Amino acid sequence: MKEQLKKIEELAVSELSSCTEIKALDDLRIKYLGKKGELTAILKQMGKLSAEERPVIGQLANKVRADIEEALSNKLTSLKASAQAEQIAKESIDITLPGKKQTIGNLHPLTIVENEIKDIFMGMGFNIADGPEIDDDYHVFEALNLPPDHPARDTQDTFYITDNILLRTQTSSVQVHVMENQKPPIRIISPGRVYRSDAVDATHSPIFHQIEGLVVDKGITMSDLKGTLETLMKKIYGNDCKLRFRPHHFPFTEPSCEVDISCYMCGGKGCPVCKGEGFIELLGAGMVHPKVLENCGIDSNVYSGFAFGLGLERMVTARYDISDMRLLYENDMRFLKQF
Amino acid sequence: MNLSMKWLNDYVKADMSIKDYCHALTMSGSKVEGYEIEGSNISNVVVGKILEKGQHENADALFVCQVDAGLEAPIQIVTNAKNVKEGDLVPVALDGAVLPEGKIKKGKLRGVESFGMFCGLETLGLTPNDFPYADPDGVLVIEEDCKIGEDIHSALGLDDTSVEFEITSNRPDCLSVTGLARETGATFRLPVNIPAPSFNGVDGDINEMLKVDIHNTEKCQRYCAGIVKNVKIEPSPRWMRERLRASGVRPINNFVDITNYVMLEYGQPMHAFDLRYVEGAHINVRNAVNGEKIVTLDGVERELTEDMLVIADSVKPVAVAGVMGGEYSGIMEDTTTVVFESAYFEPTQVRRTSKALKLKSDASMRYEKGVDRLISMTCLERAFQLVEQLGAGEVVRTVIDKDYTDKTPASVEFDAEWINDFLGTYIPEEDMINYLEMLGFKVENNMAYAPSFRIDIECKADIAEEVARIYGYDKIPSTEFRGVAEAELTQEQKFLRSLENNMVALGGYGIATFSFISPKHFDKLNLPADSKLRNPITIINPLGEDTSIMRTSILPSMLEILSTNYNNRNESAKLYEIGKEYIPNPENKLPDEPDRLAIGMYGDDTDFYDIKGITETLLVKMGIKDVEYVRACECDAFDEAVSFHPGRSAVVMKDGIALGIFGEVHPTVQENYGIGTKTYIGKFNIPEMRKCADTEITYQPLPKFPASTRDLSVICDDSIPVAELEKAIKGAVGKILEKVTLFDVYKGQQIEEGKKSVSYSITMRSHEGTLTDEQADGAMKKVLKALSAIGAELRM
Repeated sequence: MKEQLKKIEELAVSELSSCTEIKALDDLRIKYLGKKGELTAILKQMGKLSAEERPVIGQLANKVRADIEEALSNKLTSLKASAQAEQIAKESIDITLPGKKQTIGNLHPLTIVENEIKDIFMGMGFNIADGPEIDDDYHVFEALNLPPDHPARDTQDTFYITDNILLRTQTSSVQVHVMENQKPPIRIISPGRVYRSDAVDATHSPIFHQIEGLVVDKGITMSDLKGTLETLMKKIYGNDCKLRFRPHHFPFTEPSCEVDISCYMCGGKGCPVCKGEGFIELLGAGMVHPKVLENCGIDSNVYSGFAFGLGLERMVTARYDISDMRLLYENDMRFLKQF
Repeated sequence: MNLSMKWLNDYVKADMSIKDYCHALTMSGSKVEGYEIEGSNISNVVVGKILEKGQHENADALFVCQVDAGLEAPIQIVTNAKNVKEGDLVPVALDGAVLPEGKIKKGKLRGVESFGMFCGLETLGLTPNDFPYADPDGVLVIEEDCKIGEDIHSALGLDDTSVEFEITSNRPDCLSVTGLARETGATFRLPVNIPAPSFNGVDGDINEMLKVDIHNTEKCQRYCAGIVKNVKIEPSPRWMRERLRASGVRPINNFVDITNYVMLEYGQPMHAFDLRYVEGAHINVRNAVNGEKIVTLDGVERELTEDMLVIADSVKPVAVAGVMGGEYSGIMEDTTTVVFESAYFEPTQVRRTSKALKLKSDASMRYEKGVDRLISMTCLERAFQLVEQLGAGEVVRTVIDKDYTDKTPASVEFDAEWINDFLGTYIPEEDMINYLEMLGFKVENNMAYAPSFRIDIECKADIAEEVARIYGYDKIPSTEFRGVAEAELTQEQKFLRSLENNMVALGGYGIATFSFISPKHFDKLNLPADSKLRNPITIINPLGEDTSIMRTSILPSMLEILSTNYNNRNESAKLYEIGKEYIPNPENKLPDEPDRLAIGMYGDDTDFYDIKGITETLLVKMGIKDVEYVRACECDAFDEAVSFHPGRSAVVMKDGIALGIFGEVHPTVQENYGIGTKTYIGKFNIPEMRKCADTEITYQPLPKFPASTRDLSVICDDSIPVAELEKAIKGAVGKILEKVTLFDVYKGQQIEEGKKSVSYSITMRSHEGTLTDEQADGAMKKVLKALSAIGAELRM
């Protein structure tokens, strides 16, 4: 019987080693280990053995069973591995083929930059105020210290709806609306469309966007104006940018300034972009004119404030190096997809 | 304003480099746009004397000259100039010279060597106005006091530098050499010396020659007049021509040049009349009579109104006050007696007249900004000084001065502490006073008194600005302002941001379009004649018809951009815009400006169900549920419904509120916009969407019990909208309905003509326990009954 058991083991191992399919493994398991299998058949004859022989043969038979089981299991693992390897090899594809089209659009570049600026200002405590684009002369000019015969009105070529109703030429009109309806402290920005009768070319458009800022409180100084704008521009243009404050004139601020930023092309050395000056004109600003405060019912002896206005288009064209402003309003898909 | 640096140096010694000068003036408030060094494009051109002139041996039209150009030996130059002769001084471009037109090299002309070239006016970039004695077509024969071999820049006075300033509207005083001299002095802390003009004059009583009356002393507050007899009209001297040229003014003759010179120097416009044409020798400054006419110097006849001011003689107007002289008022070749006018006209008066007549002049632009009201006499005296200096005539010593000006200086409280608090600085009071005094202010007893040329000083902040700009804006410290403030988007602003983010996620590209459009769009949109959209806000002074009305619908803007893209051969486009419409509001003087969302797309096999899918997903994401879709053509919520395909467009309704319209563009409209493919657009009313949006989210527990799903196919008339079937199913299943999903609509073989087969998957679930088969089957029986009632039978 010992010989029979050993023979079964040998046979099983040799048949296993030549087996190449997972399905055939099952057949082998049944053949050797099944209820009607060869090992079972031998064990059925155990009763005929002597009492001395039975435990020895029994032990041997268990060992043979365990060995075959282990061999089966090892074989299964190796067959599975090779089957998977084969499958993986078969499934290999050209990963350089293009992916399936998923579509996500994007914001218009004007919106991207506008949102960015809004978020920076909100981080500095500025709320966002809206105002009408079509407004009356009082809010756009008169309350802003531009009386009817003021020469500065000439520089703002205005579109009129009636003698008194017009398309706002500046978002500064929102300052007036806000101050009429809100007591200081005031800290707002107001982004929006403005209109001037400039013919369309690479750097002009009859419609463009401004972002107006206004702060009114007790003890606001020109130093605060400088500090705020420097913080803002560092956030937008990076810590290396430098600002230059130049005296200027706006009827609604006093003192007024124009703010230039170190040229983004040459960093201030002078190049064709900045016309050799090293600086590019960025925005207008100033301390809110006492007359404007008084016009809006705010006591200029108690409160002071500053205001500024920046042109969005100029920031967008500078940011993305867009040479022609018309592209922003032409909205060609090939342009829009780049942002 | 172009400033001659030579002229400036008469009053203040500005010997720093031109770059430093320009930078400093810009930083103190007089913005420099650029500068031009005269003759910087000319080099190696000298004065030469023609020693010999002979005929060229091979060419009749050429001459060979021996020229002393200050070199070791005379040089030979071949020329075609007929207007030069031996002994003449001429500009000689030597070998290697640079001229505005290019470089000069020695060479052979018809076999004879030439070592340079003679220059004419044009070659040197000059005009006959600069050197009136010169032959405009020949070589410039120099009549100046100069030396042989002298560089042409100094010989002809081409050594000035002209600085171009951008002067802001509040500082008309800086539109003059003396004004900029004062700014220069204050900027560099240099002394400025503007001497008072003086003249000798000849005896004579002007009152016997001329009478002046001001009839409106509010609009004309001062009128100074003086007379020059026995005048000699001739070109003015070189130094004056040079300065005018550097200032961008063309020299004409001595008298015109003197008036321009004084205007550039002091900012005061002057006028010179020919006494012969002042009838009755009587000047009346008066309002015009309605309908009165004058032919102005530019040759145009202008009709005047009574609110305009004229300078009239005893019969007729001879000039529009402060704006322009009349045809015969100027100086002629044969003028013998000149009347100089130096007056102060009220700015608003000049501005209104100039605007009404649509006539601007150098004088009107200065008057309307505001000239120094006390300087009229000084300028008259300066003109006389120049007349005498030029030997242009005899000045009658007595003058007429009708003076109604208020001499009180503008005064403002001076409070150094307030100024420092306002600026955020620590500038010593003495420094402030020093700055102000350099600018011509007087500071006494805590008051600052403005000089008469400063028309812009009204309040404390104005004084703070003067101090700040001379101190230097760059020296003001930067601080972050104090105080805590919280900021966040309003609900409306959040809704708009969410809307744009969802549109991007749905594959849309944001666009920006003009708010004004052409009225032609109304026809292109198929709008009927009585559509309320045809009643827009109209711009009375538009750039052109294409941008003349404010859009009453956002859709034409979208269609135009789709058309641009189609015609730019972009195969597909998927666009959105969040923008405003401008709707007249009869109850309000200002129109409404409601926010709209526009969607537009074509290409990529897009069909109606793509834009409907976008709409559905967008609405759900924006918190708007359970909307209804009705045929656009059967709904009067949107006038633009006529721009859509009537069978392929829908209006979205929520509880009776129309939220939007979308669908396929009507074939005619599509053609009107030149789009050659099926195009889909939509417009949504954002305020209405917001009203219907439920943005409060509450978590719903996940179901504990399994769902039962039944599939169902029914056959019905093709004309029945599936929404009706769905409504019947929802009603029949009731509370246990979780969702109804349409998964197939079939027409064709095996289905009767005019009918369709519609298949649904119905999911039911109870939150109380697992649904039994009986419960689910019972619900399905009710469904079949309800469907049958509207003509839909189970498909066998």
